[in-house]
Amino acid sequence: MALKGLDIFKHTPKTNCKECGSPTCMAFSMKVAQGAVDITKCPHISEEALAALSEATAPPMKSIKVGTGDAEYTLGGETVLARHEKTFVSKPRFAVNLTPDMDIDAVLAEANKVDYDRIGERMHAEMVYVEFTGDAAAYTEAVKKVTGKGKTIILACKDVAAAKAALDVCKAEKPILCGADASNYAEMVEVAKAAEVVLGVTGADINDLYDTTAAIEKLGYKELVLDTTGKDIKETFAITVQARRACLAKEPDRTFGYPSIVNLSKIAPNDEAMQIALASVFILKYGSIIVMDTMNYARGLALYGLRQNVYTDPQKPMKVEPGIYPLNGADENSVVLTTVDFALTYFVVSGELERSGVPCNLVISDAGGLSVLTAWAAGKLSSTSVSKFIIEEVEPKVKSRKLIIPGKVAVLKGDIEAKLPGWEVIVAPNEAVQLVKFLKDLQANGEI
Amino acid sequence: MPFNGKSGKFNASIGTVEFGCGEKAIKIGGENVLPFYTFDAPIENAPKVGVMISDLGLEAEPAGVKAYYEGCTTMADIAKKAAAMPGADFVCLKLEGADPNGENKSTEDCMTVVKEVIDAIDVPLVIAGCKNVTKDAELLTKASEVAQGKNVIILAAKEEDYKGIGAAAGLAYNQKVGAESAVDINLAKQLNVLISQLGVAPSNIVMHVGTATVGYGFEYVVSTMDRIKAAALSQNDAQLQMPIITPVADEAWNVKEAMASEEDMPEWGAQEARGVSMEVSTAASVLASGSNAVILKHPTSVATISKMIKELM
Repeated sequence: MALKGLDIFKHTPKTNCKECGSPTCMAFSMKVAQGAVDITKCPHISEEALAALSEATAPPMKSIKVGTGDAEYTLGGETVLARHEKTFVSKPRFAVNLTPDMDIDAVLAEANKVDYDRIGERMHAEMVYVEFTGDAAAYTEAVKKVTGKGKTIILACKDVAAAKAALDVCKAEKPILCGADASNYAEMVEVAKAAEVVLGVTGADINDLYDTTAAIEKLGYKELVLDTTGKDIKETFAITVQARRACLAKEPDRTFGYPSIVNLSKIAPNDEAMQIALASVFILKYGSIIVMDTMNYARGLALYGLRQNVYTDPQKPMKVEPGIYPLNGADENSVVLTTVDFALTYFVVSGELERSGVPCNLVISDAGGLSVLTAWAAGKLSSTSVSKFIIEEVEPKVKSRKLIIPGKVAVLKGDIEAKLPGWEVIVAPNEAVQLVKFLKDLQANGEI
Repeated sequence: MPFNGKSGKFNASIGTVEFGCGEKAIKIGGENVLPFYTFDAPIENAPKVGVMISDLGLEAEPAGVKAYYEGCTTMADIAKKAAAMPGADFVCLKLEGADPNGENKSTEDCMTVVKEVIDAIDVPLVIAGCKNVTKDAELLTKASEVAQGKNVIILAAKEEDYKGIGAAAGLAYNQKVGAESAVDINLAKQLNVLISQLGVAPSNIVMHVGTATVGYGFEYVVSTMDRIKAAALSQNDAQLQMPIITPVADEAWNVKEAMASEEDMPEWGAQEARGVSMEVSTAASVLASGSNAVILKHPTSVATISKMIKELM
C-alpha cells in the first residue's frame, strides 16, 4: 500500500530548496509518506512523478465536502474499519426523506423540532433527500421549498433535464446530485461538473455500482458518493460493508473509496422501529448519510447518542463543561455533590441523581476528562482542585455547606474539610447505582 | 470489470453452544465471519432473541408490556405468554425480588418461581440473578439444581462468585454458565480461563461481556465486542470463542431517555416510544458488534429485532 519515504525521495529534485516548508527533500518525503503533507506542496516535482505518486499516496477513502456555510459537512476520509484501530473521523449525517407530493414545510417543521446540544455537539437532521417522482415541475417546486433552509440537499433524481432544473434552483448550496447510473452517467457527469456539485452513483447491484463508478472516474470526475442502498436490507448491508472494506483493505480498491448513502425509507418504509434498528447498524457499519422518514426525539435521542459515542476519538476522552448543574429542581440551599468531568461519569451520576428525585447541585470541576480514580491518581482530582473550585465557583452561588464526594476518593475527606472551613464533607458510596438509596436515606434522616 | 471483493471468511470460528432441550433447543454461535457478514460465508445459527420476565411480575413495566400480558395472574401465565411473544426464541427469568436492597425474597421463594416457570414453558430458559454477589452465589447455585435436566443458561458467574456458580451450573448440574465481565476484553478472557480451569467445557460457557445503553459510553461496548470477535476469529483465541449473550432490557429502560415522563419532558414526546427506541437501538448495535443473543422486554422491540435478524441473515 503506502509508499516509503525513500520511494518518494527519488522523485524530488533533491535540492533542499525549502520552498515546500520542510528543511530538506528527505524530510518532505517522509512527511508525504506518513500522509502529513500533500505531494503537490513541492513546486519542483515533475508532472510524471506527480502522476505516479499522487495515486499511490492518496488516502484510500476520499473526504468529500458537501453543502455550504453552517450546513457544510465532510463525509468519508476514514482510515480504519473499527474505531479501536485508530478512530472514525466523519460522523454519519441524517437526511429526511421527502417527495414532491408531501407537505414539505410541515414535514421539515416536524423534523426541525429536534435540535439540541449534547456534550457540545449540535444534534439535528442535517440534510434533506428529495426524491424525483416523474413530474419535473413539481420536483423543482419541492426543491425550492427546501432551499435556503440550512440543510444540505440531496437530489435523488435520475432524469437529466429535471436534475438540471433543480440544480438551477439550489446549486449555490452545494447539494449532492444523486442520480448517475449505468445508463445516464456520461450526461450526469456533465451536469454535475457544470454545477460543481458532488455526484451520487447508484447501481442495480454491487457490480453495476462498481462499474459505473469506475466509468465515471475514467471521465475524470472524482467528487462522488456511492448510493449503497440495495433492493432489500440484506443487500444494502452487504454492499455498504463490502464497499468500505474494499477501499480500506491492505491493497485498497479506490474505486469504492467514497462515502455512502443508505436509504432506510426505501428498505424499511414506514417502519419507525426498524429504521431505528437499521440506522444503529449503519452508524456502526459504514453509512455516511442515513436517509429516514423523519427525525423525532424517539429516533434522535438513541441515534445521536450512539453516533456521538462511536465517533469519539479513543485517544481523547469526552468531557463535559465544568460548572454547577442543578438537578431535580435544586436551588441554592440544596446539597452539593461533586464528581469529575469525564462524560460517562457525568451521565451515569446525573442519571442516578435524577432517579433519586432529591434536589441537589452537581458540581463538575476540571479533571482532564478522566474517571474518578484515574483523575485522582493523575493528581487532577485533589483536595486542592476541589476546594479551589468550590471557593471560586460554588460559594458565591450556593448557600448549602454540605458537600458529598465520590466514595472512591474517601481519602480526600479530611484534606477537603481542612481547606473548606464551614463545609461538612460526606462520603458517597463507591458505585453510582447506590446513590439513589444513599440520597433518599440522607433525606429521610434529615441530614440534607 | 466487475467488483472483485475478497471474502472476509476466517479459518477459526466462534464456538457453538446449545441450550434448552427437545425440539425447541436452540444453538448460538458457530460462525466464522463477522456479525451478519453472510456475503463472506453462510451463518449457520442466526442470533437469537430472548424475552425478559421478572419474579416481581408486571407492576413496574411500561403500559405496552402490561397490555401484552393482560389477563396473566401467575408467573406461569406470564412465562407462557413471554414464550409465545412474536419473534421470541427463549425466555429469561430475572430473580430481582431476591435483592437484599429490594424485596429480599428468600431463595426458597425464588425457587418456587423457577419451578413454576420451568413447568410452564418448553422454550429454552435463561435464569438471571439479582446482581447482589452474595445473594446470587446462593440463588444461582440453587437454581442450577432446581432446573436440572433443562439445560438452562445461568446468568451469571462473575469474577467474585464464579467458583460456586460455575461449579454448580457447569459441573454438578450440567447447565450452561454465563460468564459476566465488565466491558473489557482482558477481564472477559480471564474469567473464561478461570471457569475453564474449574473443569467447565468451553461448549458450556457463554459470555456476557457487559453492556451499556447507546449514548452512555457505548463505544466501550462496541470496541470490546469488536476486539473479542477479532481475537476469536483472526487470532484463533480459543478463550474468547464463546458466543456472547447480552441482556439489553434492564439497561435500556433505565436511562433518562426512557424514564423521563412526558410531563417532565413534553418536547420529547411519548415516553414508551423513547424506551422502545433505546432498547431497539442498543440491541441492534450489540448484534452488529457481535452478540449472538439479546434479551429484551417490549413486544415491539422483540418483533423488530427478530425481523431485522431474519432480514439480514
